[in-house]
Amino acid sequence: MKNLLKFILRIHFFLLFVIIEVFSISILINHNNFQRISYLRFVNNSSGEIYERINNFRLYFSLKDENEMLIKENVRLKNILQTTYRSDDVFFRSINDSIKNQKYYYTSARVINNTINKQHNFITLDKGSNDGIRVEMAVVSKDGVVGIVKAVSKNYSTVISVINKDLRISARHKKSGYFGSAYWNGGKYNKAVLSDIPLHAQISIGDTIVTSGYSTIFPTDFPIGYVSAYRKKGGSFYEIDINLSADFKKLTVVNVVENLMRKEKIALENELKNNTND
Amino acid sequence: MIKLLTKYIINFIVLIFVQVFILNNFQFGGFINPYIYVLFILILPFETPKWFLLIIAFLLGFSIDIFSHTPGMHSSATVFMAFSRVQMLKTLSPRDGYETETTPSIKDYGGKWFLKYTIVLVFIHHIFLFYIEVFSFSDFFITFFRATISTLFSVALIMVIQFFYKK
Repeated sequence: MKNLLKFILRIHFFLLFVIIEVFSISILINHNNFQRISYLRFVNNSSGEIYERINNFRLYFSLKDENEMLIKENVRLKNILQTTYRSDDVFFRSINDSIKNQKYYYTSARVINNTINKQHNFITLDKGSNDGIRVEMAVVSKDGVVGIVKAVSKNYSTVISVINKDLRISARHKKSGYFGSAYWNGGKYNKAVLSDIPLHAQISIGDTIVTSGYSTIFPTDFPIGYVSAYRKKGGSFYEIDINLSADFKKLTVVNVVENLMRKEKIALENELKNNTND
Repeated sequence: MIKLLTKYIINFIVLIFVQVFILNNFQFGGFINPYIYVLFILILPFETPKWFLLIIAFLLGFSIDIFSHTPGMHSSATVFMAFSRVQMLKTLSPRDGYETETTPSIKDYGGKWFLKYTIVLVFIHHIFLFYIEVFSFSDFFITFFRATISTLFSVALIMVIQFFYKK
């Protein structure tokens, strides 16, 4: 302590000088606008530079985290890209048929494989059970009937096409209301045949053929095609040539239709069958 | 002692008066601005306590600041000069030290000694003052030039005043 006092006493002149000088300059800075601004500018410049350097230095330590973050971000953005998406036009829409109290559920899907030149043609869609596709759902395009779902995997489903000899669709001549069975005879890909229309039905070329709605698969009155020619066959029935309205050669996006009342209807019909059998 | 004190008090007041009301009001050639009030610090007795030297220098500078609306500028420069005076006197001291009852003046130590003493201290004061006025080292040489020229004028004026004292 004594030494400290001695020391202070020894340098008291210099100490006093420093104190007074600092005091003067602080007065100068605080009371003179120009000097204050210069001082602040200097302080800001130097502190800003120091902060920047420290920050630059610190950035090196966070580079790893930063990189990881960027990679994650990149992956996320790539996932958003349309090309990565199996189908970007996924949407669902419902149709409420208030008259028949029947509800159809539409799912869009992409055609990823399609044949038209065989006797048994199938279509592959890029949606499967994960997307709510089940066996025996109807597949339609915006123009007309396409087929029926035959098998589903998790992400894909195969559709038995209208132009497949095994498929028969319950169809109706829209104008007269008579119904028959539409099938493909293995000919041109845009032609089909409708049989079992009685002779007293008024048929003319260009008439619309639609789905009957009896099968519980297709929605009612969905277009199948148009009459191109008709002839008598087997005495009491017409055989009608149809131009299919759906163009199977350029199918890209189709809708898969689910009939929500189907189970109920089938259950009821089965009950009836069982009762009759008893 | 009382006589001496009165003399210094009068010196103090007169120098401030001359500086503030006369010299501050005219500038030679736009940038020459002589400051002769530092003469008060120059002629203080050798025996002046060092701490008192600093305080009186601060008071002198602050008085000038009050009149020229530059608080802190002249005070810091004058305090710095007073601080340098101690070292300067040590450097310039004759071989056998300063005699008692003498003051740093032409009368006691001759014109050459006083000129050296004055030039160095006034230059120190002016350099400090001019740089703190500009408050940056940009235009370093312009400021240096202004300080140098002003020093020459101040020293000339101080020498003239000293010759009056001599009589």
